Amino acid sequence: MSAQTPGGTGRRVLRIRSLYDIPRDELFISGHGLCAGCTAGTIMRMLTKVAGKDSIIVNATGCVEVSTTRYPYSNWLVPWFHSAFENAGASASGIARALEVMKRKGMMPKDKDVKVIAVAGDGGTVDIGLQSLSGMLERRDPVMYVLYDNEAYMNTGIQRSGATPYHAWTTTTPAGKVWRGEWRTKKDIAMIVEAHRIPYVATANPAYPMDMINKFAKGLEVLDEGPSFIHVLMACTTGWRFDPALGITISRLATETGVFPLYEIDHGNFRVTFPVAKRKPVSEYLKLQGRFAHLTPQEIEEIQKLVDERVAEINKMAGKEVIGPVEYPK
Amino acid sequence: MSGTAAVVEKPKTYWVAPISYPAPASSGKTGLWRTERPVIHLEKCVKCLYCWLYCPEDTILRREDDYVYVDYDYCKGCGICAAVCPTNAIDMVPEGGES
Repeated sequence: MSAQTPGGTGRRVLRIRSLYDIPRDELFISGHGLCAGCTAGTIMRMLTKVAGKDSIIVNATGCVEVSTTRYPYSNWLVPWFHSAFENAGASASGIARALEVMKRKGMMPKDKDVKVIAVAGDGGTVDIGLQSLSGMLERRDPVMYVLYDNEAYMNTGIQRSGATPYHAWTTTTPAGKVWRGEWRTKKDIAMIVEAHRIPYVATANPAYPMDMINKFAKGLEVLDEGPSFIHVLMACTTGWRFDPALGITISRLATETGVFPLYEIDHGNFRVTFPVAKRKPVSEYLKLQGRFAHLTPQEIEEIQKLVDERVAEINKMAGKEVIGPVEYPK
Repeated sequence: MSGTAAVVEKPKTYWVAPISYPAPASSGKTGLWRTERPVIHLEKCVKCLYCWLYCPEDTILRREDDYVYVDYDYCKGCGICAAVCPTNAIDMVPEGGES
């Protein structure tokens, strides 16, 4: 089991070593309206399994919100709250403070450990909800913030967001003769959050579930010191234009090509959790997705250069070469 | 196990705020969306549980002995289970016609 509090310390310890340690109980049940092949389902299942029954999910508007809680039903077996697009951080911090007050006034047992988890998409985090997220981090409210990043506003019809990568097609950055998809680079939200000096920041990928689950558990473990933030890549079958069966394959390629490196910053200590000895060329990742179908070889070269720069930056922060050079197939 | 834990007693007080209650199938029987059906060949299954782990739908159900079966009421037929299966024990069979 993941969530166990040893006698009196109040600290949770990581116990998930293998797949058989993951709880069997499902707290995010089937019958939701997410697209077939949407990896958000995988992420939310794992998140609720780690968090357990004693947790409160605060959801910003987004794919997960609209498709899992059609009135009057809900797919969550844990308390769940939604109020608006821009205030997942503020709502979560209010709920965390209310729990504190209720404990003080004796309305709930003092030793009851209730975790508040904010779940938001990339639009609700990097664009619209950035102010409430920043305020929450600044106030050091005990909330774990999980960003599922599908790199555009997929729910409303694939409009670009601050997290859309360079040269990606969206409906508001079309690909033609003049416009070649998105011309701005992706906002590095994990580093923006890290600049608030919170206890735990990590990036995770549903293709590496053990890594992701342990990051969720660690994020919940540090909550008595302050907030934590997990940035999860979520391959979107509708917006990225790929076959629904390939969601996990593409997520895995994102890490293997160095597009989405997996790291954690635990109390300021930077560590790459998934070292890649030989990177695959970025074209392997791009060619499976319809949103990059318009790219010419020069444009793929440009993206490769951006990824190389980012990898060099990561290696510099780690102090050694953890993500290796590109190995082109012979 | 999906569906079994979903019985939640409604509180007797009258709620002014709109509150959704947990129930499977908030979007109906999503199995109707399916165009291809996963069929598991248990003789090839090595109980690695990757399909159960990666299934976004929670429709791959685990038996006590860790063999898996599919909940066809809710399976949307995305094919992730077949894509991640290391022994190719899951086939995607088109729906309709002869079974």
